[in-house]
Amino acid sequence: MDLLIEGLQEAISLLITFDPRVINIILTSLQVTGTALFFAALIGIPLGAFLGLSDFPGKSIIEAVLYTGMGFPPVAIGLLVFITFSSAGPFGFLNWLFTTRAMIIAQIIISFPLVAGFTMTAVNSVDSNLLLQLKALGATKRQVVLAILKESRLGVLVSVIAGFGAIISEVGAVMMVGGNIERSTRVLTTAIVLETRKGNFGLAISFGIILLTITFVVNFCMSILPGRGGRND
Amino acid sequence: MIKNNIVYMLNNISKIYEGRDVLSINQLSIQKGEIFCLVGPSGAGKSTLLRLLNFLEAPDQGEIKFLDQVYSQSKQPSLDIKRKVTTVFQRPALMTSSVVKNIAYPLKIRGEEVDYDQIDQLLIKLGLEDLKDQRADKLSGGEAQRVSLARALIFKPEVLLLDEPTSNLDPANIKIIEDIIIDYIKTNKTTIVMVTHNLFQAKRLADRVGLLHDGSFIEVKEKEGFFNNPEQELTKDYLAGRLIC
Repeated sequence: MDLLIEGLQEAISLLITFDPRVINIILTSLQVTGTALFFAALIGIPLGAFLGLSDFPGKSIIEAVLYTGMGFPPVAIGLLVFITFSSAGPFGFLNWLFTTRAMIIAQIIISFPLVAGFTMTAVNSVDSNLLLQLKALGATKRQVVLAILKESRLGVLVSVIAGFGAIISEVGAVMMVGGNIERSTRVLTTAIVLETRKGNFGLAISFGIILLTITFVVNFCMSILPGRGGRND
Repeated sequence: MIKNNIVYMLNNISKIYEGRDVLSINQLSIQKGEIFCLVGPSGAGKSTLLRLLNFLEAPDQGEIKFLDQVYSQSKQPSLDIKRKVTTVFQRPALMTSSVVKNIAYPLKIRGEEVDYDQIDQLLIKLGLEDLKDQRADKLSGGEAQRVSLARALIFKPEVLLLDEPTSNLDPANIKIIEDIIIDYIKTNKTTIVMVTHNLFQAKRLADRVGLLHDGSFIEVKEKEGFFNNPEQELTKDYLAGRLIC
């Protein structure tokens, strides 16, 4: 218990003194996760909407691949990205390994199936009669998709929150492809692992508390977004 | 009626679902400004016919002539043409936004300016003026169906298709909806095709009535002839409340 209280005190001290190491780690975490989430949403929401609203041969295979992606071990994705961007890999020439770019790529791969999968479920849950009604009112395909996404906005928001949760707390992939380099690729999760290994439990706990606080604040902000209400709120 | 008043002309239409012929119509014409009531037992193909008339689906065979243009499986109408027709379904499907936003939706998707005074007038006619800012998904069944009708009428469609619009409503709501249909058709010369199981409603509203059974028309007649002098045995059975199969 004392350890937790010390950790909390240290976290407050590190934050109010604007410790440059901590600020750098927080900013790197937010930059990597924020960028990855943006691209995951950019790919995942339209893909989820498309899968939720259309029917075509082979759709069930794509759905199965997506569901597999939702449960794919992040460390395996880290390994895949590591190999892809290593000097022997197909994209080795980019020299992205051990940079935040490789971390962002790994996090996009981790989060976009979650965003797409939950969006698909949300879109599927909208009354199918509304889809027919919108067409009967003369909506174009694009107008139908936008209206259905608006109707399922609570579910779409949950999909983004799930994607965010999966990558802000992820450690295996970012450690592998980022390398946990100080002032470069060190993020909160990899810093926690490092400080724990070094026996700096107070610092590790303080990073943990900061991570939890960021996660709570981001989720809280997303949950009070104006107009988030769906049929059940 | 004169020929150039024909809005729809269906020729040798067939629609097949999962190998079953659910609609097979040799010929049917629908006149401008008439209320054509479609009656028949469940599963007769009435709703399928409405989907074809709204161009939500294409026929597997045959042609639909609409406003002097011929459409088929291989030739579907443009968006502008499709937007001349709309359907009010049995179960109203409204968006979770306010009543006013639901009604304004067809105008917005057409890029037209929303005339809120016009919406207010329509809301008054439908007895919905106190609910204009209420969330549409919180309305009762009768209120929701009136909003659904208002949303269909606001853009003045040339053809209004009604798929059992009052089947789940109480008599007061049925009267409001019937009154506005009659009032609207007088003002706008809109063509109405209405599916109903309520023969009294068909008697009250229809100019012509068609009995659909197993995907085919058994009899199509002016209202008086249909109800007073049916020619087909199946029509007589149907009007007498006997199960036809």
